[in-house]
Amino acid sequence: MTQLNENAAAVLEPDETDLRIEERLAEERAKGLLRFSTAGSVDDGKSTLIGRLLYDSRNVYDDHVRAVTHNAEIDFAQLTDGLRAEREQGITIDVAYRFFSTAKRKFIIADTPGHEQYTRNMATGASTADVAIVLVDARKGILDQTRRHACIAALLGIPVVLAAINKMDLVGFSEEVFAEHSRALAALAKQLEIPDLHVVPVSALDGDNVVHRSERMPWYTGPSLLELLETVPLAIERSHAGLRLAVQRVLRPHQDFRGFAGQINAGTVRPGDEVVALPSGVRTRVRTITTWEGNLDVARVPQSVVLTLEDERDLSRGDMIAAADAQPHRTRRFTATVVWMQNKPLRAGATYLLKHTTQTVRAHVVAIHSRMNVERLEKSEAEQLELNDIGEVTLETTRPLMADLYRENRATGSLILINVETHATAGAGMIREIADATEGELYVSHATHGVLAVGNRAELASQLETLLLEAGALVLRTRASLSPALIAHARLGAFILVESDEQLPITLTPVHGAGVKPYELATEDADEILEAIQRLGAIPEGEDENDDGLGI
Amino acid sequence: MTAIASEPTGLAKTADTAQIERSGVLARDRVATEERLNHIQLLEAESIHIIREVVSEFQKPVMLYSIGKDSSVMLRLAQKAFYPAPIPFPLLHVDTGFKFREMIDFRDRYTAELGVKLLVWRNEEAIANGANPVQLGTQRCCGLLKTQALLDGLRAHGFDAAFGGARRDEEKSRAKERIFSFRDSAGQWDPKNQRPELWNLFNSRIGPGESIRVFPLSNWTELDIWHYIHLEKIPIVPLYLAKERKMLVRADSLIPVEQPFVKGLPGEEQWVKCRLRSLGCSPCTGAIRSDADTVPKIIAELVEMRNSERANRIIDHDQDGSMELKKREGYF
Repeated sequence: MTQLNENAAAVLEPDETDLRIEERLAEERAKGLLRFSTAGSVDDGKSTLIGRLLYDSRNVYDDHVRAVTHNAEIDFAQLTDGLRAEREQGITIDVAYRFFSTAKRKFIIADTPGHEQYTRNMATGASTADVAIVLVDARKGILDQTRRHACIAALLGIPVVLAAINKMDLVGFSEEVFAEHSRALAALAKQLEIPDLHVVPVSALDGDNVVHRSERMPWYTGPSLLELLETVPLAIERSHAGLRLAVQRVLRPHQDFRGFAGQINAGTVRPGDEVVALPSGVRTRVRTITTWEGNLDVARVPQSVVLTLEDERDLSRGDMIAAADAQPHRTRRFTATVVWMQNKPLRAGATYLLKHTTQTVRAHVVAIHSRMNVERLEKSEAEQLELNDIGEVTLETTRPLMADLYRENRATGSLILINVETHATAGAGMIREIADATEGELYVSHATHGVLAVGNRAELASQLETLLLEAGALVLRTRASLSPALIAHARLGAFILVESDEQLPITLTPVHGAGVKPYELATEDADEILEAIQRLGAIPEGEDENDDGLGI
Repeated sequence: MTAIASEPTGLAKTADTAQIERSGVLARDRVATEERLNHIQLLEAESIHIIREVVSEFQKPVMLYSIGKDSSVMLRLAQKAFYPAPIPFPLLHVDTGFKFREMIDFRDRYTAELGVKLLVWRNEEAIANGANPVQLGTQRCCGLLKTQALLDGLRAHGFDAAFGGARRDEEKSRAKERIFSFRDSAGQWDPKNQRPELWNLFNSRIGPGESIRVFPLSNWTELDIWHYIHLEKIPIVPLYLAKERKMLVRADSLIPVEQPFVKGLPGEEQWVKCRLRSLGCSPCTGAIRSDADTVPKIIAELVEMRNSERANRIIDHDQDGSMELKKREGYF
């Protein structure tokens, strides 16, 4: 024990109070964690509802309540409205996260604005939610915005939707009104394929059916909103799915240890499990699951761990360790539902950086298939996606992704697109359809470029030229020496094969970054060289095993 | 080992874990969580993911170390994130010169014990000019000794990513803070133009001079922090624990009297059993009356507490929305 710990232990001599707290903490630890999102527009009473939820479940501090009490009336909406600009405009314009807990669960609320111009904020809040609360004004019924909120929840894969029919006090607590809205919501849920819908009549202002059951609506015998939040099934942790662990970082504290750090994206892992290292495809077994607490017998989604493998070659950041018998798709071309988040529209032909799990690659927009009208729930043809639009888009990447469909696994089916120039997060995507890359497929496209010097190996040069042309690359074969002019051509998208009369080592020079650094290839086999082109061609200069940065 | 130490946690590994495991208590805890992790384990996994992501994607990260309870938790998470390798970045403490002596003692001993690299940055010019909250007011004093010092320190070392221990449950403007919070080349935060942050996919791309503040504890609550300190037996500054201390007692406020310019009227200085709920500069951090002299008792007190954590921070109340103003200017 360290000196500091000894000091702490001396102070921490337990007495009865401490032991009582120990019991409470054990209960506290046993609580599950539920994340839910809310979306609402100015008059929906969303902030009031959340304020009421927090206040009635005794999750608000006195000084906060005092700050929003005027003339002895608590302004519940003010309890949760944060930033200045919002207070001035009287609306919530960004995603705010709130925390509260009850005897049964801990909750994280992603509180988002509901107007069309904040679709991106709604999608952001929904991306990590297990449950969505959709607000309906009892006087108005299902509006465009109701369909928008439900549609975004469905697209982001939220399995449980709680519809709160609010302002029941303003329709005389009418059972008929509630029944009518419930029927319409059920039809909407069916259309959107929302698996689990619950409808609750509430008055956020007065607190009816928010935390406590209302006595003013005896015809409703179901649970209050909070009771539902406390009891809906927690997100199915995909511990029975095939293992996915995207390598975040290679840890090599000394020569005898080489561990692959990452958060388990799906499934369960045990020492001895057969796994496959992707994209290399090398099969091996898990040797240890290493953590600060010691080696584990088992680890599951979403634990952050370090794995060591029996055979550990060729794995670096951006690669994936997966169950050998349930592998992800390996793909360079797929269709995703994209939520567009920047002012400059998304158009076919554009290039973005794409981050998926722990790897960042370049992605080319092949085609925009449709735009979704989230209020009429119709798809229409589209030339481009503008800010807050949602559409189906086919993307092609420079390096293969190890991916699953979004509906099968959020972590390996989601991606973000980053503007190459401004570095802004331009869009978010959910993979819907995947075209598998076959094992032998050559990953060379218009996006791969570089300079390969082969010396006096004419036969190899011819072989490579043919293979590259077949793969669709723009190939220039030359005897000119490596010069700025050649590099410039490569930068424009050409793949340049340089021959000479001398028996020189084979070198590949990728040209993505500002610097130009040749790599010597230790092989004369055409297929192996193509493999190297695929790998190095998509990674920038100066990479090490922990660097997937594109050096742009 | 004490009785507390042998309480099964499902989290902390202690020397006697094997023994507990044999006793079957921990095994039972394990069965209960067979299918899902408890919320503390979920928060831990998320934070470790964030810390690793930053180290992998930035050139020169640093961890801001304030010596407080949140920093202590963040430091433990960093140890876990890279184990068995050492923490691959330095710590930076922005020292105003008004921190409690016990904090500085703790800082120097604990970081030395862990073998982490500690950098200290002070706005020496302002300190030499005698900046203090009584003369300047807390707004300007914080601006010079904290915000300015922080920005200068980050710039001088060329750090492109800085971890901070802020949590979203602390204050309303923090509720909207991203986990990766983009700062322009002047170190400023634009709450209206934040990058959307979906799933656990963090955008690390920045231009020259720009930087990112990273908040791995965003989703932790004050109770989670104490719970974790307890489970993990993380050392904390003794100021958090109640004992008799000399305080300037004025109405409901207990103001520490370490600094010579904190002078009370006759009879205002008294010995009071109290503790600090959050640690800052001694003239601006009020203590609370308390008998909580152990971490479990702090937790018990917290559960009963009716005021928010920062209610004793004099600086947050100066001006309506003052935390948001500070953050825009670059304050953590």
